[in-house]
Amino acid sequence: MAEETLVLFKNIRNPKYNKSLAGYKKAGGYKTLNKVFGMKPDEVVQEVKESGIRGRGGAGFPTGLKWSFMAKETGKPSYLVANADESEPGTCKDRELMLKDPHLFLEGMMIGCYAVGCHHGYIYVRGEFFPAIKTLIDAVDELYADGLLGPDPMGSGYQLDLTVHSGAGAYICGEESALLDSLEGKRGQPRVKPPFPAVSGFNGCPTSVNNVETLACMPYILSDGGVDAFKSFGPQNNTGTHLVSLSGHVNNPGVYELRMDVNMKDIIYGIGGGIRNGKKLKGVIPGGSSSSVMTADEVDVLYNFDELAKINTMLGSAAMMVFDEDTDVVQLLHRITRFYAHESCGQCTPCREGTHWSRNIIRDFLNGNGSDEKLKRLDRVGGNMLGTTLCALGDAAALPIQSFVKKFPEDFRKYYAN
Amino acid sequence: MYNLLIRYPIKQNALIPILLLAQKENNGWLTEEWMRHVADCCEVPLTHVEGVVTFYTMFRLKPPGKYHLQVCTCVPCCLVGGTELLEFTEKKLNTHAGYTTDDGLFSIEEMECIGACSYAPAMIVNEDYHEQVTPEKMEKLIDQLSQ
Repeated sequence: MAEETLVLFKNIRNPKYNKSLAGYKKAGGYKTLNKVFGMKPDEVVQEVKESGIRGRGGAGFPTGLKWSFMAKETGKPSYLVANADESEPGTCKDRELMLKDPHLFLEGMMIGCYAVGCHHGYIYVRGEFFPAIKTLIDAVDELYADGLLGPDPMGSGYQLDLTVHSGAGAYICGEESALLDSLEGKRGQPRVKPPFPAVSGFNGCPTSVNNVETLACMPYILSDGGVDAFKSFGPQNNTGTHLVSLSGHVNNPGVYELRMDVNMKDIIYGIGGGIRNGKKLKGVIPGGSSSSVMTADEVDVLYNFDELAKINTMLGSAAMMVFDEDTDVVQLLHRITRFYAHESCGQCTPCREGTHWSRNIIRDFLNGNGSDEKLKRLDRVGGNMLGTTLCALGDAAALPIQSFVKKFPEDFRKYYAN
Repeated sequence: MYNLLIRYPIKQNALIPILLLAQKENNGWLTEEWMRHVADCCEVPLTHVEGVVTFYTMFRLKPPGKYHLQVCTCVPCCLVGGTELLEFTEKKLNTHAGYTTDDGLFSIEEMECIGACSYAPAMIVNEDYHEQVTPEKMEKLIDQLSQ
């Protein structure tokens, strides 16, 4: 039976915990930052590399490597931007961290700033997260009042400022280059890469964009013995604990902190309490709506980056959406494609057109106008979006379409057979 | 507004937060006059501001109701009754998503994922999250706010 392993949620799961600066310090907070100020930035990056942590935002890129790509001695300032534009359907873990333990994330953010030589970090929070934005602004104010932010945090002489920046509602701004355009005060449209943000990011300066949960792991990784402990929480290349957002037809939906060597079945039937109303499992969308769907037969697998990649799906942002036997998957896919049609930024033709076409074809099925030919066409429209766009939204729209058609063809046929 | 401007290397960078501030100041929507003012503050052309405003879903060019009900029907919410919740709300208020009631009290918006998936179905009323909302809870809330 799966149980939580508490690293990030150590404070949150303590009912007596007070999330104020004083409360966080009492629980041992900001000690690691003090230690980090005594290290060289390169040493910090090296430790993060050794921990093996992979970005928790969805792509799973190694964080230490990302930081080591930052262009040096360019004569321009360097920036660290926290990606708190949590918009992938199913994902609600960063909100949990920001609302309930803001200083854990902020300490990680400050460690990250020091590691990449950034003196002014930005936290890009999605605009709808009003309560999280307020919590973060209050926490940042506390840090300024305490002297932990400003010209001389902890006597280090390292000038450090943080600004909480609100987005205004656009899924695409979770893509790092679109996020940077949005932060610059433009429409959030992904950029042509290269150059990558590490060379030319915010206002053309070297920038690292990191997910909230990734940064929140830093105080643990950089603490004494943290690297080895972090590595022990999962198999090689899938280190650490991660926050799993569990939703859909389970008895106990919620955000849980789990090791990376936990079986998906244990998550659904153990910690998730099984399928509600005694129903049977039909399938799972394992890593946010952009990942390929899995059938009930496929869920006996370890829930981590590499094991899910082996079966042609992905961990993404670790957002598991569980659905039961009564679910109409054609309607479910229609809702998913509606999302992408709404959120496509309109820049690349395959995605701008393809997301609408696919939604319209599925609507045809729902209206009783489906056919074998249309099912094939749906698959083809999906295929034409794969790898043909500047950012991953095209792929994100295509993968659910192709996997639903492949794994649940009978459900589509029900709409037009006889 | 000027506190915001000094947080960024270039004035244009503060455009979106300042627009949100302006919208809040103007009871939840933006007029050309406000956009022109923000354009001057951020030293960008009005056309740039209009381009930005029409790109992001949170900016509104017509007034919302006093209580703006933002009901999420995206994937996790639709699995556990978000769509039905929206239909119930539309019926209860005798209007549709995208519209405001005649008395100007309520407006409804159908939302894409609002990031409260483990507490679905969820909605935002003005700036507050409401979680695990049932039609009964919705009815009670609307009755309460109508008084």
